[in-house]
Amino acid sequence: MESLESASFEPLRVSDRLARKALRNTKERVIEALLFAAAGVSVLTTVGIVWVLVSESYHFFTVVPIWSFLTDTMWTPLFADAHYGILPLLAGTLTTSLVAVVVAIPLGTTIAIYLSEFARPAVREAVKPFLELLGGIPSIVYGYFALIVVIPLLQLLIPGLPGFNMLGAGIVMGIAIIPYVSSLAEDAMRAVPMSMREGSYAMGGTKFQTAVRVVIPAALSGILSAYILGVSRAVGETMIVAVAAGMQPNFTMNPMEPAQTISAYIVQVALGDLPHGSIGYQSIFAAGLSLMLMTLLLNVAGHFVRRRYREAY
Amino acid sequence: MIPADLSGIQRIIRRNKRRDLIFAIFGFIALLIGVLTFLALFLQMAFAGWERLTPEFFTSFPSRRAGQAGILSAWVGSVLVMLVTAVSAVPLGVAAGVYLEEYATRSLVTDLIEINVTNLAGVPSIVYGLLALGVFVYAFGLGQSILSAGLTLGLLILPVVIVATREAIRSIPQHIREGAYALGATRWQVTRDHIVPYSMPGILTGVIIGMSRAIGETAPVITIGALTFIAFLPESPIGPEFPWLNFEWLKSGFTVMPIQMFNWTSRPEEAFQQNAAAAGFVLVLMTLAMNAISIWIRYHLRKDIKW
Repeated sequence: MESLESASFEPLRVSDRLARKALRNTKERVIEALLFAAAGVSVLTTVGIVWVLVSESYHFFTVVPIWSFLTDTMWTPLFADAHYGILPLLAGTLTTSLVAVVVAIPLGTTIAIYLSEFARPAVREAVKPFLELLGGIPSIVYGYFALIVVIPLLQLLIPGLPGFNMLGAGIVMGIAIIPYVSSLAEDAMRAVPMSMREGSYAMGGTKFQTAVRVVIPAALSGILSAYILGVSRAVGETMIVAVAAGMQPNFTMNPMEPAQTISAYIVQVALGDLPHGSIGYQSIFAAGLSLMLMTLLLNVAGHFVRRRYREAY
Repeated sequence: MIPADLSGIQRIIRRNKRRDLIFAIFGFIALLIGVLTFLALFLQMAFAGWERLTPEFFTSFPSRRAGQAGILSAWVGSVLVMLVTAVSAVPLGVAAGVYLEEYATRSLVTDLIEINVTNLAGVPSIVYGLLALGVFVYAFGLGQSILSAGLTLGLLILPVVIVATREAIRSIPQHIREGAYALGATRWQVTRDHIVPYSMPGILTGVIIGMSRAIGETAPVITIGALTFIAFLPESPIGPEFPWLNFEWLKSGFTVMPIQMFNWTSRPEEAFQQNAAAAGFVLVLMTLAMNAISIWIRYHLRKDIKW
């Protein structure tokens, strides 16, 4: 607009035009540089994460040998006799995630197949916002729900179940990640071309046969990467386990017992006030690094699954 | 294997149809589990917290006595932190999205940025808390303040804003750009006058979804050291004299809604659980309202756009 307003009816001299063009080009370049810098912030974030985790963990590992970190079966950093073995926290993380996956994958897949292959469009449009809302509920609210509603219900079914346990936390965590699994798996299934389904129907296949024998194999890469994303969410999930799984490191894979996860340990330390630079402070970065490596591994695996099993139509 | 007579074939057809029906029922039940969980969670908090949802609950500070405790410092803290989050994440995210869609040519650098944005979306939120603890709180010396928390959540939702911006821009047909370029517009003029305004509904949807995620985030905010018991308000952002703005609140200690709820949930007394239910109800209402707005924008503002 500005060029129109400033344009006068007197013809500009050539030198003026050139000067204006040069100014305009400079402005364009400055703006492009600014936009590029904004895009660069995301790279800086990653650099920052890696730098913080690695540098603080480095101090931690100068005190605690990496071998005992990986093999010691006790995690008691706040005791006088301090042990720094990640295994109990790792067991807690894996057990809760496993419970969550056992809940989320069957339910999420069934919902995805139902919405993509069975439900009428009206039902789909009505239900999808609900699933989105389920995915948008803050995790602290899920934690409250696990502690106040789900664990008391489980205690009715399983007598002697402690008030904090990995089973209740894991089940609720599974419900919390259903929307991620179902929406990504559904996207993958809906991307399968209609002509493939029509081929199956023309051969007399029912909806269920078509879904299981045609659509799922064709969408397998997308479905598997939805599962992997779900697992990665479960591994990093914090507040549900911090509230409902108990805060005691416990080297067990028995979901009926209370235990602490890697993420819950970080929260526990952050709630107290450990002095900056102490070994306890550094231990949460070592814990965070382990967590980060696990989710990174899963994300990379998801990437390769998408590539490896992608079928192009 | 294949029966030659008609009744055999009919039997197979009946069996297959029965399986179809059984799966449809299973699918419907699975869906119900999801929907009913949502309703159960919402109604349980509404009933358990109903008595506490009085006007005083919103105007009182937390207290040792559950009956007098309120969420004043928590909701004010949440609003202020969200303000910092929006002011930091929206311009950065939109600018980055615009760069990647309108300016970047395919190169190693842009590939790197793209892979990076995808990966950041998969980083657990607590890791962002550790980043903020190391960088914002200690390296930059911002302390355990509203500013630190807002910037942390800003970084957390940055990938959401970037992805939403890119998708919105991608849906603008090429002839819009060509028309503007044909009239001699520069790239920035095309971006400012056409691309950004036309992709506004999509960008807004993404921003609101990101904000509704940020308002419920607990772990990263605890990690940077937000306090769980705050009985004061930050200084008002509106100052008494020119220029009527005051930035002291940025450095203030704070608490937010989900942390207040966490604090009450982790106490054994029944009365505090009631407070937790009431706080959770308010928190879920906030995220529901934000989601409802974004759904409304998606259906109504986008409907009017016809290329």
